[in-house]
Amino acid sequence: MDAHQTAAATYAKVLGTLLALTVITVLAAGLNFGSWNVVIALGIATIKASLVALFFMHLRHDKPMSAIIFVTGAAVLGVFLTICTIDSSERDEYRVRPARESISVQPAPSVPGRHP
Amino acid sequence: MSDNYLSSPRGIKSWLTTVDHKRIGVMYLASILFAFLLGGIFAILIRIELLKPGHNIMSADTYNRVFTLHGAIMIFLFIIPSIPAALGNFVLPLMLGAKDVAFPRLNLASYYIYVAGALLAIAAMVAGGVDTGWTFYTPYSTTTNGSVGLMTFAAFVLGFSSIFTGINFIATVHKLRAPGMGWFRMPLFVWGMYATAIIQVLATPVLGITLLLIIMERVFSVGIFNPQLGGDPILFQHFFWFYSHPAVYIMILPGMAIISEVIPCFSRKTIFGYKAIAYSSIAIAGVSFLVWGHHMFVSGQSPLANVIFSFLTFLVAIPSGVKVFNWIATMYKGSISLEAPMLYAISFLLLFAIGGLTGLFLGALATDVHLHDTYFVVAHFHFVMMGGTVMAFLAGLHFWWPKMFGRMYSEAWARVSAALIFVGFNVTFLTQFVLGSRGMPRRYYNYLDQFQPLHVFSTVGSWVLALGFLIMAGYLWASLRRPMDAPANPWGAVGLEWQTSSPPPEHNFEEVPLVTGGPYDYSTPEPDPAEVHA
Amino acid sequence: MSAAATLQHHFTTAEQQADASKIGMWLFLVTEILLFGGLFVGFAIMQSLHREAFLEAHHHLDRVLGFVNTVVLLTSSYTMVMAVHSARTDRRKRVIVYLLLTLICAGVFLGIKYTEYSHKFHEGLLPGRFYSHKGDTVPGQFMFFSFYFMMTGLHGLHILGGMAAIAWVLRRAVRGDFSHGYYTPVDLVGLYWHLVDLIWIYLFPLLYLIK
Repeated sequence: MDAHQTAAATYAKVLGTLLALTVITVLAAGLNFGSWNVVIALGIATIKASLVALFFMHLRHDKPMSAIIFVTGAAVLGVFLTICTIDSSERDEYRVRPARESISVQPAPSVPGRHP
Repeated sequence: MSDNYLSSPRGIKSWLTTVDHKRIGVMYLASILFAFLLGGIFAILIRIELLKPGHNIMSADTYNRVFTLHGAIMIFLFIIPSIPAALGNFVLPLMLGAKDVAFPRLNLASYYIYVAGALLAIAAMVAGGVDTGWTFYTPYSTTTNGSVGLMTFAAFVLGFSSIFTGINFIATVHKLRAPGMGWFRMPLFVWGMYATAIIQVLATPVLGITLLLIIMERVFSVGIFNPQLGGDPILFQHFFWFYSHPAVYIMILPGMAIISEVIPCFSRKTIFGYKAIAYSSIAIAGVSFLVWGHHMFVSGQSPLANVIFSFLTFLVAIPSGVKVFNWIATMYKGSISLEAPMLYAISFLLLFAIGGLTGLFLGALATDVHLHDTYFVVAHFHFVMMGGTVMAFLAGLHFWWPKMFGRMYSEAWARVSAALIFVGFNVTFLTQFVLGSRGMPRRYYNYLDQFQPLHVFSTVGSWVLALGFLIMAGYLWASLRRPMDAPANPWGAVGLEWQTSSPPPEHNFEEVPLVTGGPYDYSTPEPDPAEVHA
Repeated sequence: MSAAATLQHHFTTAEQQADASKIGMWLFLVTEILLFGGLFVGFAIMQSLHREAFLEAHHHLDRVLGFVNTVVLLTSSYTMVMAVHSARTDRRKRVIVYLLLTLICAGVFLGIKYTEYSHKFHEGLLPGRFYSHKGDTVPGQFMFFSFYFMMTGLHGLHILGGMAAIAWVLRRAVRGDFSHGYYTPVDLVGLYWHLVDLIWIYLFPLLYLIK
């Protein structure tokens, strides 16, 4: 039964770590790291997600197929996110920004083409 | 005559509550054939309308609804479920030597979800229909009247049916192969269905969220796709095609899977390049997720994305080419016999090659600028979907017909039908390559007089095509009314499904098969006439 | 319930059946990742186009409530995995207790979400065309709330579905269906529940915290 007690203890430790990371991420959000804000917040989220996946979802100890399925799904989502983001940012210079009350107003480029 | 899966257990309730993959496959088969009939009627109506420019038999608004419904029905109710859910459900477990798929109850659920989605789609038609094209581009789809919400919700429901089939097949292939059947002793049909299932699982959910977002836009004006609210209509196209491009490989991979079974059998020769074909199935599934932007070259997508997608589109053609060469090499110096399955398989090779090559013209940026949204595109996708998938589906239907129903069909009438379908198809759709390259736009109700002769020619082709299918319906129906006298292995084929009776018993095999050799051992020259009768 | 009684006819061993079920559930989870993933992609791109509006809008969210909800959901993940662990080690009573605790946590989560939603309704902070909040200095904040409601709403629906699944497993646990030889339903419902937690792990910083 020792292996089982170890498992239960591990789950408790993982929960503790997850709660600690949650506190850290809230505190970090109160500080300003500039463009690193997003990276830090999502990075901590990914660590938490990995802990849940590896320990609570047993990916660490299960047969590899489960992990392969999970990683493949995440990778496909990554491809979708990456290419959509690249395309959207490349199209920035062609955007028309009508000045209407209901949407956010941003200055139009003075000359179409190169973004200032 | 001993009991088989059709005759026992008896009663309609036993069918409605069945978890037998064979019965579920048959129910799917009946349903998708009905959907094909419905979609086909819409197609005939389109072609009649296009006999002359301007008004012929319907208004422009009605025309928009008719081509939308033709596309939506053919794609979501017919072609996507066709080979996997109808033929695949029946044959895959048998080929693996299994008693059923991994999750039989999920299989039945998948069928009922299909029926629910179909009823919702019919409700959408009755409620006024949709005129956006099956592609639902925004902002038109999010602002137009009509039953867009109902139709998109129908497609959303149908997506789950597809996902559940995919989940079932992947688990089945991993865990339910007969003893001795390693991955590289599986028939290539299974590799093709496995690759298809991967796409079904990974791509369909993105369609799901896209359809939900259309509904959210219509109900809440959430703004994501609406340029007046700061949203991005091109983002809609990214969302839509991220599923819909891999979806076309959900359509073709099962077709290719069937060809890999039919050609070795009717060439009496083992498949050439087994591993190449197996790996190329997986490669197609993988690369299929990287090319969706080739539907968006003229949409306003960035030049950088255009170039990336065009390059990747050329790459995705390579594994398909590998397969075509290997099939031809299989036939080389084989002992060819031209029964209906083989007639359709050979048609596939020619028509899919044309369809695939014309895809490359569309994948090249400079030519696509001229060909996008013309009849060239319409011809291309009909060549791959009908000249490809449907021909392969018909090959498989005729190949496994005796196994599924215990009767042979009339080979003479089948050859007549195949000839009419081949001729009718080419008259209808080769013409459309010409129409498109000369500038005829797609989805247009009206057109310039100079295009009329070609439109008339194409429409006549559609009548020949329809006649071929009507004859097929006739002889298949007649076959079902004959006594069940088909042998277990009428084609002398190799494969576990042929080692059980035609039709199989409810539990598939009397004894669990033990696999000791490769899947395409055609070294024994003749089919054994003393096969076990059902 | 013996392992033999739960073995379906088309499987030869219980391990084969359990493995197949696990593969099936992970495949289903991947479909959920891609479903929600679409919303995350939409959020990311709209946020990059309307940074100021999203920044302003997210101040209306209560970080404390969001933090509490995160703690509650993480705890529910712990109680869920302990339920699985208890089933695997033949401790029926603990299975029941842990499943009940998980349900309670889920209920608390939904209760807090209800509080948050009520506040938003009261303030007119609603999605899309229903946005009626007054006195905005930065226009376009409706878009943030479109995503807030779509993402937390879809997530909330999945919590409800998860609660139904947990209740079903609880009923079977009370009946004594599970043992070290067969605890697959607890295992699979657990996996689903952890996924719902995973999604919130990303939703929380994205909606409540990121500047």
